Amino acid sequence: MANEQWIAACEAEEIEEEDVIRFDHGDRTFALYRSADDQYYATDGYCTHERFHLADGLVIGRQIECPKHNGRFDYATGEAKRAPVCVALRTYPVKNDAGTIWIKID
Amino acid sequence: MTECGMLIIGAGETGARAAGELRDRGWTGNITLVGEEALAPYERPPLSKRALLEAGDPEPAFIQGRERLEALNIRFMKERRAIAIERDEHAVRLEDGTLLRYERLLLATGARPRRLPSERLASDGAGVLYLRSFADALTLRGRLRPGRRIAIVGGGFIGLEVAASARELGCEVAVIEAGPRILMRGVPEALAAVVDARHRAAGVSFKLGAGIGGMTREGGGFRVRLTDGEVLTCDAVVAGIGAMPATELAADAGLALDNGICTDERLATSDPDIFAAGDCCSFPHPLYDGKRLRLEAWRNAQDQGAHVAGSMLGAGEAYGSVPWFWSDQYDLTLQVAGLPDAGTTTVRRSLGEKGSLFFHLAGDGRLVAASGIGHPAVAKEIRLAEMLIERRAVPDPLALSNPELSLRSLLKNETRETPRL
Repeated sequence: MANEQWIAACEAEEIEEEDVIRFDHGDRTFALYRSADDQYYATDGYCTHERFHLADGLVIGRQIECPKHNGRFDYATGEAKRAPVCVALRTYPVKNDAGTIWIKID
Repeated sequence: MTECGMLIIGAGETGARAAGELRDRGWTGNITLVGEEALAPYERPPLSKRALLEAGDPEPAFIQGRERLEALNIRFMKERRAIAIERDEHAVRLEDGTLLRYERLLLATGARPRRLPSERLASDGAGVLYLRSFADALTLRGRLRPGRRIAIVGGGFIGLEVAASARELGCEVAVIEAGPRILMRGVPEALAAVVDARHRAAGVSFKLGAGIGGMTREGGGFRVRLTDGEVLTCDAVVAGIGAMPATELAADAGLALDNGICTDERLATSDPDIFAAGDCCSFPHPLYDGKRLRLEAWRNAQDQGAHVAGSMLGAGEAYGSVPWFWSDQYDLTLQVAGLPDAGTTTVRRSLGEKGSLFFHLAGDGRLVAASGIGHPAVAKEIRLAEMLIERRAVPDPLALSNPELSLRSLLKNETRETPRL
């Protein structure tokens, strides 16, 4: 896409292992994840079911659980994993460059 | 006689989830979902919040829309009321005389708002508002105009969520609560105090320890006399004073009742082909020594709906999810996992500006509940606490009170030290 760009989102150490933080950019909100094996991922920040920040939810293995209704997504693929969510979550490419986490958005 | 296969009476959260789950578990026979409302199954939590606040015409949040029900081949019978279970015939009779034959029957009849005693009301209570259905929310929405004076009877979740929404819409709000404090049922006093302060800061006035002595119509509104003699004039009265389980069908059919329709741990009633789940269901909880509970909460409705589908198909597992509920008021999130009343000691953990957590320990040191209030991020902590409760953890109270020690690490220790089957 024409407007794709890499944005520096945070420092790698700002996210704890098996955790998630919120990242706002312009009028958009994202969720950034760090897995137990130290990989980083990014998805849209709001749950696809209701407008709640996924970053307030709990990372359980490779999944993020919505803090309100306990719907779950695979945060690496965005796939909906548990009701009530049924619409997949959009994911974004992430890179860790010398301890800075970058996210590619459009 | 219509052959219905798996017949579900009640098309709320529980009924809808059960219907979907029956298909997911491979049941290929008939599934029939009978509801009294005209709408396809929808979620109730937004009714006290988004449905009141959202600009434009609010839409229900459908659990399964018509298309989804059709795709799952679930027969949805709307605006139909069941009036009797003919157990000998394995059938349910509807008000219009239709007889629906079942192989297994699920009573997901829910609960109805408790009404204010009619003798205390002007002209048999006409005009007092209750909140249970989407239609109720639309009616209430029409009354919550800026500057209107709203009297809310009951300082429970419905009353307080409506109070918060009404304030956000610019109404003047008074909450009348018969108890000495708000949120008497299932919410620790320390949390209730935070909620109370937040409402007062938002301009809500509270009349605690006061009941409704009488009510008369005045102009387009009401004159409400409290039991302590005070008189309030207001434009609308909303009552949120609890709900009664809808047990008439079960009672008339001779099924066992105990503050709801009595089930065993699989959610089967005293008739092995009839099941009950959701707000109407009284079930023994394995985490609390088999104590009988009836929960009016969204998560329980969903989880029991899914669980009972398995039981209807012959699964033998006990239902034992940790009770859990949340409430959002203004910018505050409140969550409770487990049964705080089962605890004898409370340990507090401060999350700084994000809020507070409270851990409720039984006499033997077991974590039986956790509650939190503050920023929505308390949800993450409560979820971890819920997993500790589920594992019957006996955590060190000092560790619980120390915000430097993550609950996740406690959970990992727990899993390592006390493996459970």
